[in-house]
Amino acid sequence: MTFEEMKKIVVDTLSCDEDKVTMEASLTEDLEADSLDAVELNMALEEACGVSIPDEELANLKTVGDIFNYINAHV
Amino acid sequence: MKGLRLIATGGALPGRTVTNEELSRTVDTSDEWITTRTGIRTRHYCTEGENAATLAIAAAKQALQRSGLAPADIACCVCATLSAPDATPSVACQVQAALALPENRPALDVNAACSGFLYGTAVARGLLATLGGRYALVIGTEALSRLMDPADRSTCVLFGDGAGAAVFELTDTSVPFAITLGARGDAAIHAGGPSRAGSAPISMDGRAVFRFAVDALPKCLHTVLDETGLTLDGLDWVVCHQANSRIIDHCVKALHADGAKFYKNMDRHGNTSAASIPVALNELAESGQLHPGQTLACIGFGGGLTWGGMIVEYKG
Repeated sequence: MTFEEMKKIVVDTLSCDEDKVTMEASLTEDLEADSLDAVELNMALEEACGVSIPDEELANLKTVGDIFNYINAHV
Repeated sequence: MKGLRLIATGGALPGRTVTNEELSRTVDTSDEWITTRTGIRTRHYCTEGENAATLAIAAAKQALQRSGLAPADIACCVCATLSAPDATPSVACQVQAALALPENRPALDVNAACSGFLYGTAVARGLLATLGGRYALVIGTEALSRLMDPADRSTCVLFGDGAGAAVFELTDTSVPFAITLGARGDAAIHAGGPSRAGSAPISMDGRAVFRFAVDALPKCLHTVLDETGLTLDGLDWVVCHQANSRIIDHCVKALHADGAKFYKNMDRHGNTSAASIPVALNELAESGQLHPGQTLACIGFGGGLTWGGMIVEYKG
C-alpha cells in the first residue's frame, strides 16, 4: 500500500484535514482519534489491504507512520 | 409462517434526568467528550421509588390502553430485562398483576441484554403458536443505573433507565414479518448478578464490542431483508439498539444507506439495553413519524453476546 492510498483511507475514516496526515502525525494528538476511531481505521485498512492489526498491537502504534510501516511489513 | 404486526406502543421514563454536565461534576469527563464520542447528551435514572418493574407496568398500561384491547385479549406477556428488581416475581408477572391480565396465560422475563426486545418478541410469537391467542404484550425495561459503577467514567456516561412496550397481533402470511436471532457466549460486556451486586458493575471491552456491533448490525438487517424479499429502500424505518451513534453512523456509511431512516434517540436516553428499541418505537409512534402501514426493521446487538433483527409492519 502506498502512503497516498493510506492517506485517503485515513482522511475518509477520521474525517480529518488531508494536510495533517503525515508520517509523523500522532493519531490521538494531531488527528484527535480516540479508541473507536482507531478501530474504524483498522477495519478500513483491513478491507483495503487484508491486514488486520490486533487491538493489543494497535495500542502501541502511535503515529500514521507506525501504522503504515506495520501494514507494509505484514502485507 | 404467520407473523406479527405492531398495533400499539407505550413508554415510560423515570423521573431523574442526568446531563453530561452533571456527570462531569463527579467523574473526570466533559459534555464535549461524551457528546462527540457517543452522541449522548442526557439519560434518565430511576428515583428511589422507581425500578424496572414500575417502568414496565407504566409502559405496558399505556400500550394496552392505546391498543383498544381488553386485558383478556392479551394471550401472553413477555418482558425483556437484565435489571429486574426481583428474581421472582418476574417483571412480567408484576405486569400481569398490575394490568389484571388473565391468569391462564404465560408471563415471563427474557434476558438477552440489548437484543432482549427481539428475543422477547420471538418468544411471544412462539407462545401464540403453541398456546393459541391473537395478541401479545412485549416489554423491554431496564434500570441500568442500579448496575453501574458511578465512578467508572468509561461506562457510567453510557447507560440510562427506561421502558417501552408493544402490543403485537398475529397476522396472516400476507404481512411482511421476519425475525433472526443469534448468540455467541462471550463476556466482552459483563454485569454481575445478585450474588455479585456491588462487586461487579457493568464493564465493557469497547473496541471488541464496537467491532462486534458493526458486523452484527448489517448481517441481521440483510438476513431479515432476504427472508421477506424486501430491500433497504422498501423500509420506512430502521430502529437499531441505541448503544452509540457511531455504531449506527458506521453502518449507514458501510451500507450506503439513507441515514434519515435510522432513528436515533441516544442523545436523550443513552443506552437503555432491552428498552432502547421499544422506547424508540414508542417515540416514533407518539411523534406521528411512524404511519400506519409502514414497515420497520428493528436490529439489536449486545451483551451475551446476542444479536437479533426483525421486520414488522405497523398497523397503528
